[in-house]
Amino acid sequence: MFLVWIILLPLLGAALSPLAAQRGRGVAAWSAGSASGLALALTLWQALPLTADSEAHISWSWIPQLGLNLSLRLDGLALLFVILVLAIGLLVILYAHYYLPKSDRLGRFYALLLLFQTAMLGIVLSDNLLLLLLFWELTSLSSFLLIAYHPHSSEARKGARTSLIVTAAGGLALMAGLLLLGHIAGSFELSTVLASGDRVREHELYFPTLLLILLGAFTKSAQFPLHFWLPKAMAAPTPVSAYLHSATMVKAGVFLLARLFPVLAETEAWFYLVGGVGLTTLLFGAYTALFKHDLKGLLAYSTISHLGLITLLFGLGTPLGAVAGLFHVVNHAIFKASLFMAAGIIDHETGTRDMRRINGLWKYMPYTATLAMVAAAAMAGVPLLNGFLSKEMFFAETVHHEWLGALDWLLPTAATLAGVFSVAYSVRFIHDVFFNGEPINLPRSPREPGHRIRIPVEVLVALCIVVGVMPGQTVRGLLDAAVTGVLGEVPYYSLALWHGFSLPMLMSLVALTGGVVVYVLRYQLFKLHDRWLPRVSSEDLFYRFSRGILRLARRFMQSFDNRSLQRYLAWLIAVAAITAAAPLTNGVILHGGADLMPIDGVSLAAALILAVAAIATVRMRHQRITALIMTSLVGLIVTLTFVHFSAPDLALTQLSVEVVTTILLLLVLYFLPGGERLEISPLRRVRDLLLAGSSGLVVALLAFGVMTRSHTPISEFFLENAKPLGGGSNVVNVILVDFRGFDTLGEITVLAIAAAGIFMLLRGLHLPLPEHGFGRRQWAVDVHPLIMAAVSRPLLPLALLVSLFLLLRGHNAPGGGFIAGLVAGTALILQHLASGLQWTQQRMKRRYFTLIGGGVLLASATGLASLLFGRPFLTSAVLHLELPLIGEVELASAMAFDIGVFLTVVGTVILILENLGRLSTQQSAQPPTEPEEMR
Amino acid sequence: MEILLASVIGLLVACGVYLVLRARSFSVVLGIVLISYATNLFLFMSGRLVTNRPPLITEGGPYTDPLPQALVLTAIVIGFAMTAFVLVLALRARGELGTDRVDGPRRGEKQ
Repeated sequence: MFLVWIILLPLLGAALSPLAAQRGRGVAAWSAGSASGLALALTLWQALPLTADSEAHISWSWIPQLGLNLSLRLDGLALLFVILVLAIGLLVILYAHYYLPKSDRLGRFYALLLLFQTAMLGIVLSDNLLLLLLFWELTSLSSFLLIAYHPHSSEARKGARTSLIVTAAGGLALMAGLLLLGHIAGSFELSTVLASGDRVREHELYFPTLLLILLGAFTKSAQFPLHFWLPKAMAAPTPVSAYLHSATMVKAGVFLLARLFPVLAETEAWFYLVGGVGLTTLLFGAYTALFKHDLKGLLAYSTISHLGLITLLFGLGTPLGAVAGLFHVVNHAIFKASLFMAAGIIDHETGTRDMRRINGLWKYMPYTATLAMVAAAAMAGVPLLNGFLSKEMFFAETVHHEWLGALDWLLPTAATLAGVFSVAYSVRFIHDVFFNGEPINLPRSPREPGHRIRIPVEVLVALCIVVGVMPGQTVRGLLDAAVTGVLGEVPYYSLALWHGFSLPMLMSLVALTGGVVVYVLRYQLFKLHDRWLPRVSSEDLFYRFSRGILRLARRFMQSFDNRSLQRYLAWLIAVAAITAAAPLTNGVILHGGADLMPIDGVSLAAALILAVAAIATVRMRHQRITALIMTSLVGLIVTLTFVHFSAPDLALTQLSVEVVTTILLLLVLYFLPGGERLEISPLRRVRDLLLAGSSGLVVALLAFGVMTRSHTPISEFFLENAKPLGGGSNVVNVILVDFRGFDTLGEITVLAIAAAGIFMLLRGLHLPLPEHGFGRRQWAVDVHPLIMAAVSRPLLPLALLVSLFLLLRGHNAPGGGFIAGLVAGTALILQHLASGLQWTQQRMKRRYFTLIGGGVLLASATGLASLLFGRPFLTSAVLHLELPLIGEVELASAMAFDIGVFLTVVGTVILILENLGRLSTQQSAQPPTEPEEMR
Repeated sequence: MEILLASVIGLLVACGVYLVLRARSFSVVLGIVLISYATNLFLFMSGRLVTNRPPLITEGGPYTDPLPQALVLTAIVIGFAMTAFVLVLALRARGELGTDRVDGPRRGEKQ
């Protein structure tokens, strides 16, 4: 169970950070630090010393159909990375508190940093490939947000975008690869996958699987030629660079190589792909780093180079290579994080990161200089420091491998060459910055920083020395555990400082002396480099490619998206009409064979009125009031249709909605008075008429086809059981509040959301008030006619009584929550119309949010109540009461549900209409004349 | 009667579509209202045309199909909320853009 807490603690910390930050920066740092610290303490307490028994595993099924389980496992490898992520995270949190400017409240920073930490812990602890993938993507996202931490800087935005595109593309490849891997192994559980190494390596899909997975790992670990996002990511604040882009996130790719080492390694394809890419990256990074004048740029390329080194070690496929690789992961994290922090301090104190200007800082900040120099020496691989040990192991491995045959000398030579450059740039970091004359034109005069910001650097540098001097006593145990996690056993290896005079020792010596020589000759090298540097880089190619894609997309969009609603709808309608008409062309017989009902005179007359009204709506759309009246006429005929064809509930609903809609349209019409008549081009008119005519025809044919076919509806069940199960005789209402109550709950939720959306859209909206009405008619002076007010006030209690009546009888006779709500809403809105907003508001509090929220809550609570009795959600209960005078009363729990519906509808109607009405009163220069008070 | 109702529904759709394709937001809303009528009628008549047999158990069977009625009832109410939302959207668009036209930017205009 503690495994879950290791991941949850940082996540909790992330959630709490913004809150803590409100109480000050210190509190934010403390809360973030204790989240990481607690997780670290928990890990150490539970997992140390790590034995086979203390390996923890936990699993819940999540989406078993997809093979996705919440499985976590802590083995040696995971433990090593968990400690790395948490310990360095803790130091970075401390560092950031002093590094970031005082004006930064730190809430967002720590939240994002801890979110990243959670994701990283998730990757290393996942025991399920799909789960791992999820966390993998989360690191890409949080890294994106952290690089763009200062979103006003275009460099930061560009860097964030580049890194997201590259790592997310890698993530996609990884997803494909892991899906293949899971398919081959027959399970996504890591334990199963790890046990099926032979099967995977012999499978015909092994190569594509390997390629895709490596693509994911290489993008994340910035391997050549996909490395270019990492230097761009240096636009992030330095604590982020130290944490994500040197110590942890970029190690995720390497972690994946280590994790899947038993499954994928030890084939030729693995050796050439992983080893080749690693070697290229190692050389390329080390070489390029030397020529970077930017302090963080140098460190970024150095990081790329070291990642290449680790990749190469895993690529060798030997057990000792894996040991050295893991060891270097730890060492690199320690010295590189401290170097980044030191670079951050220098940037902070001098105001620049350009090494051509920063010189001779030794005089100004000797203490920081000493720390940085020790760390840089570790990076160069100077004896007695941790970097030396793993580099020596690396040299030894390149000598002992046996893949290349006659070209065996190639690898050690290349390794030594990379060592030379790595020493050269380390020397440059030390000499250029701390010696080499006087600083040139610095924006700030440097001095020693406060001692607290140095604490994380001190801790890391101390670790460099302690590990370098006493590797056996410090990291050996952890390393052994991690190696067991990868290989299943610990091969013999020695961590001694001195192995006697050997080839690796010689290589180290050559690298050290060669590096110094290269540094001394650097100015000549810079010149050569500038002259002969190939002008095309993978970065340029990437940008050219992405610009091309964007241009193509834009051209494609412009060709049919002219941001005209008409065009969108024309496409939509045409496609819909064609799709609906397609089956009709296959000789489907339209007339389904049922007897037709004879037409009576009244129906014919009604249909004619409707037809005239509908066409009039179209013709008179410019005289908007008339068009509105015509539309209402259509609505009335529709209502009558419902009455005629046995649907009293629908007729009632349609009638009340008709009233509300008309008020609504009238209110809006005030602000949309129309304007000059727009000319329609003849072509457009023909197109629209064609679209309208054909879609109308298709719908009519479909409707006729449906109506003339006999059918056996599923409604028999509802009709039979409405009374015995639902306790009501109005089947429509019983369906709404009982049988299909869950649907209705969804529908009133939609109403509530629409109401909230309307409220927000109207907030702060300012519209020009029209000076006159249609046809230049003046607005009436009498805003609230006396007669209307006089009639509407006594009407209110009556209307409410009717609405209550409709609500109560709804279960057994036409009525119900929807209709009652509409009636009550209309009655209340009538008061606004008749007497004005001010008058009404003095007497009626605006409580529509309470009404809407209360309604939805009541309806949900009714549903939940049935759970208390062990029944499914929304099971209704019927209670028979014998009341004096009234007689037997049936009380269904559905009634409470219907009241919820009622409240929501009332609230929505009032909210919409009142807020629209407010729009016109609020903004008029003169308050509308008050109606004469009548009390 | 079936032919009559089918023609009415078709006519409503045709008028609604024509209105929806107009350039001003108010016409579009009127079009949506007409199309909603048509849709509700279509859904309603899928329960077939039956007169004088409302689905109220007290009156003795047989009854008309209650299920389409229940569906249409909520559709009417939601249709109201939808119309209101589109109208308010049109108002907001007018407030932000200064026009009630929805036929896209014209030549020589930015955006």
